Amino acid sequence: MRIANLTHGALFMLGAYIGVSILKVVPNLWLAALLAGLAVAAFGGLLEKFILRKLAGNILGQVLVTLGFAYIIADLCLVVWGGDPVPLPTPQFLQQPLRVAGFAFPAYRIAVVVLSVLVGIALYLLMERTRLGAMIRAGVDDMQMARAVGIPVSKLFTLVFCLGAGLAGAGGVIGGPIMSAYPGLDADMLPLALIVVILGGVGSLVGAFAGSFITGFVYTFGVALFPQLAYVILFLPMIFVMAFRPRGLFGKFAA
Amino acid sequence: MKLAALACLLVAFPLVGGEFYVNLASQIFIFAIFAASINLLLGYGGLATLGHASYLGIAAYLSALLGLKLGLGHWISAPLALLGTTLMAGVFGLIALRATGLGFLMLTLALSQVLWGTAYRWVALTDGDNGLRGLSRPFHLDDAASFYYFALAVTAASLWLMARFVGSPFGAALRGTRDQPRRMSALGHNVWLIRWISFVYAGFWGAVSGLLFVYYHKYIHPISLSLTNSAEGLLAVIAGGSGTLAGPVVGAAIVMLLKNYVSAYIERWNTLLGLVFVLIVVFMPDGVVPGVKRLWLRFASRT
Repeated sequence: MRIANLTHGALFMLGAYIGVSILKVVPNLWLAALLAGLAVAAFGGLLEKFILRKLAGNILGQVLVTLGFAYIIADLCLVVWGGDPVPLPTPQFLQQPLRVAGFAFPAYRIAVVVLSVLVGIALYLLMERTRLGAMIRAGVDDMQMARAVGIPVSKLFTLVFCLGAGLAGAGGVIGGPIMSAYPGLDADMLPLALIVVILGGVGSLVGAFAGSFITGFVYTFGVALFPQLAYVILFLPMIFVMAFRPRGLFGKFAA
Repeated sequence: MKLAALACLLVAFPLVGGEFYVNLASQIFIFAIFAASINLLLGYGGLATLGHASYLGIAAYLSALLGLKLGLGHWISAPLALLGTTLMAGVFGLIALRATGLGFLMLTLALSQVLWGTAYRWVALTDGDNGLRGLSRPFHLDDAASFYYFALAVTAASLWLMARFVGSPFGAALRGTRDQPRRMSALGHNVWLIRWISFVYAGFWGAVSGLLFVYYHKYIHPISLSLTNSAEGLLAVIAGGSGTLAGPVVGAAIVMLLKNYVSAYIERWNTLLGLVFVLIVVFMPDGVVPGVKRLWLRFASRT
């Protein structure tokens, strides 16, 4: 959508915290993820409709407004849920490790991988194979022309922003049992998400997937091998890719 | 004439103001250099950076580390810190200027997050979250008034040199790359090189503000490398009015006053800062200085 959004880390954290609260009432992680996703999506929709819409094309304005909201969200989370890390419980039936060929894998992490692949495929099909996806792509490529042929671009963009925010929120809940919810989660997630997107290429789902796998591997090994320099190692592939291919691995246009 | 009056006011200020206000003014000066160096990129080059705290923080850390670990005096550590930071800006420029617009912004943000994360985690070198303590000021400027004059002199010189840079033919070329990059390159200007030189120059002044920063606080913490610090600088420039010489100084004063005054009364400083970001962008998109100028012109034309 070409919107500079720096609230995404905060939305991820907000989702995780909302998940914590829902889990106190309904002890089901997947339902909590769904509800938290919906709540965050609604918030994202309001943000897009009432504020970001007016700043179309004004990248700097978008950056400052989204950053401002990221501060507000992070601060209010601190007020509501306090400063201590809150772990989210792993679902019962996924607590046993899964044994494959003599190696034990934590079942919950496997489930997360499967789920993320499914979401990725669903998003790909939505964007590339449906009428709705075609309309969204048309709106991004040439907004005026898309409007002229009767595509409700503004409504679609609100929808896409809701979807993005909702996925971030649900992601926060699903990542909860692994990372737990804590203040500063937003600042930890945002650079990761940015690297993934820069690495993979803006506007490319395949790129986002490839980027997140590379980042995940590099970060995990980096933390294990050189804990103090993990951040430097994390950014090396990005710098390398930018030096040779400024639009990212799978990007259609330069970021 | 106006400038002379302002200079007299600023020189006389410590004689009448209390220590708290003198220190606050010193902090505003430091932040003004920082904001003005961001303004070089944002206002004159059209390059929005979210990583400028890197230069402030790295210059501060370099000077602190050279002093603490190697025992170097200020005469050696200060030029070395400036040189090191400027070299780093050169390398960062090579990477970040692969892109413009949103890509540039994300790259500068990403690079500065590397430094922030490293400063946080490399406890052996930076003492992590504890920060580095036990630093000293040069020339024994330990009372508020003498540091104020030192900061005032450095700030005046910095702002003057930055104004000269912007007013020079090179500054005109930089504005050309902001407005019409294609036309500039058709005219035979090397757009990339112009941007890179400006990037490094802005990094140098960021480093100068970093030195003053560490001299003032005698303490350095990873938070000065953080996104918050970069964003506050950017906010100061936009609040004051980007692309004007006075804008960043006014903006720096606004942000510093808000931060020091209001945070004493309100606990939720981050929420307030976020609200200020949103309100300024929505209601005053071109900043305070152009806004006031426009009001003044309207008022003057009526009478």
